[in-house]
Amino acid sequence: MYKHFRLLLTTALVAATCFFSAPANADDHAQHEPKKVVEGINDAEHKIEHNLEESEKEFNIGEMIMHHIADSHEWEFTHGVVLPLPVILYSEDRGLEVFSSANFHNDHHEYNGYHLVHGDSEQIVPVDESRVIYDFSITKNVASMLISAVLLILIFTSVAKSYKRGKGKAPKGFQSAMEVIILFIRDEVVKPNVGPKYERYLPYLLTLFFFILINNIMGLLPGSANLTGNIAVTMTLAVLTFIVVHLRANGHYYKHLVKPDGVPIPLLLIMIPVEIVGVFMKPFSLMVRLFANITAGHIILLSLFGLIFIFQSFMIAPVISVFALFLNFIEIMVAFIQAFIFTLLSSMYIGSAIQEHSHADHGH
Amino acid sequence: MSLLTPNPGLIFWMLVVFLLVVFILAKFAWKPILNGLKERENEIQGALDLAERTKAEMVQLKSDNEKLIAEANAVRDRILRDAKAAADRTIQESKDVASVEAQKIIESARETIRQEQQVAVSKIRKEVATLSLEIAEKVLQRELKDKEAQQSLISELAASARLN
Repeated sequence: MYKHFRLLLTTALVAATCFFSAPANADDHAQHEPKKVVEGINDAEHKIEHNLEESEKEFNIGEMIMHHIADSHEWEFTHGVVLPLPVILYSEDRGLEVFSSANFHNDHHEYNGYHLVHGDSEQIVPVDESRVIYDFSITKNVASMLISAVLLILIFTSVAKSYKRGKGKAPKGFQSAMEVIILFIRDEVVKPNVGPKYERYLPYLLTLFFFILINNIMGLLPGSANLTGNIAVTMTLAVLTFIVVHLRANGHYYKHLVKPDGVPIPLLLIMIPVEIVGVFMKPFSLMVRLFANITAGHIILLSLFGLIFIFQSFMIAPVISVFALFLNFIEIMVAFIQAFIFTLLSSMYIGSAIQEHSHADHGH
Repeated sequence: MSLLTPNPGLIFWMLVVFLLVVFILAKFAWKPILNGLKERENEIQGALDLAERTKAEMVQLKSDNEKLIAEANAVRDRILRDAKAAADRTIQESKDVASVEAQKIIESARETIRQEQQVAVSKIRKEVATLSLEIAEKVLQRELKDKEAQQSLISELAASARLN
């Protein structure tokens, strides 16, 4: 019930943001005119700059929210405190290029024939429109992801060490805190859903859970990146689960797609497309669920803080802060729940693909 | 809408970093952790099983002890019974031997008495014969003149001679 409400709210908010940023989008379309590209970009740039300058008087909450939940080529901890991140570009004519994003800090946001476009998300485009570039920059999200990866590795190798050291002893300290979660994932999520061959999938599913969890929680920190609320990240996770599910799926699973048991032949005309769509709907729902939940949480929190600037009153701030505190607690809960659900559904999909005989769980 | 368009660069990094994390954690974290957990669970299960087994053994021992005690009691009872029977038998045997001995003594006493009697009787007979002869001699000597006196004497003698 709550989730549906969240999804509705997300859609409404995303729609609202669309509405707010519609003029900016209209400007974006102008960029596609091949001749006036540079001018178009510059115009759009200046308009946005202008908007940003004006925002001190006229606060645009939509822009503010989009700026906070979108990826960026530099890490802005707070207004003015900016950590430039490396930009890595690959193009066929120039090869690999690496430079600091601080180089874009000039009047035209231009460097070495590249242009940094500030839209509702940042993008590096070549000034010469005919060139094709691939952007592998260490963006704010990538940097945050690297930090979380290092943290995960440090945390769990140290936990593993205490298992080696304290062999045959009771767990203690941080080890027992992690053990509770690991055991929960193993015994309540993976074992009952994947079935007897669960041990093969346990490392992937445990990593999945802790990766989503640590990034959900890191995303709640002030000035941090919104990694699990980024569709590219959730898509990659969903696709990996899709691959893991289908890598070892048995014949029964595939047969079930083409010829479900006990279905009359005329119905197969409907059933087969439904089953095949279902196969792709599963990772799609995984992708959207995590993305929407985390992004929605961020949007709600940012909207609340935005209210302070809209009302421009110090009286409203304490009320908003109490609300935001409450929502932050809910977001911590959501961080756990979403990591749990992603892992649970992944295990169910894996379990239904490797299950021997009996009816598979379709997950709908 | 930029929010819903995945960025290829981010996908690339995500794939690289996440797969690296999966492999590193699987090798250096999950394997030792899960093995450690399993080992500990096995140890706990083993200890519980051992306790259960020990309990069963204790019960077994207890029943064994009870059986031993019962056996010991039975043996003691049998020994006592046997001893009593042996004692009874010994007493009976002694009694029998004693009575046989007594019988024998009585027999031999009787035999001795009979022999003594026979000896006495034969002695008496001899005596009587001698007496009779002496009487007859006396009678013949003294009273052959008197017929009546002779006869009364003879009858008197005969009466006295009918002793045995």
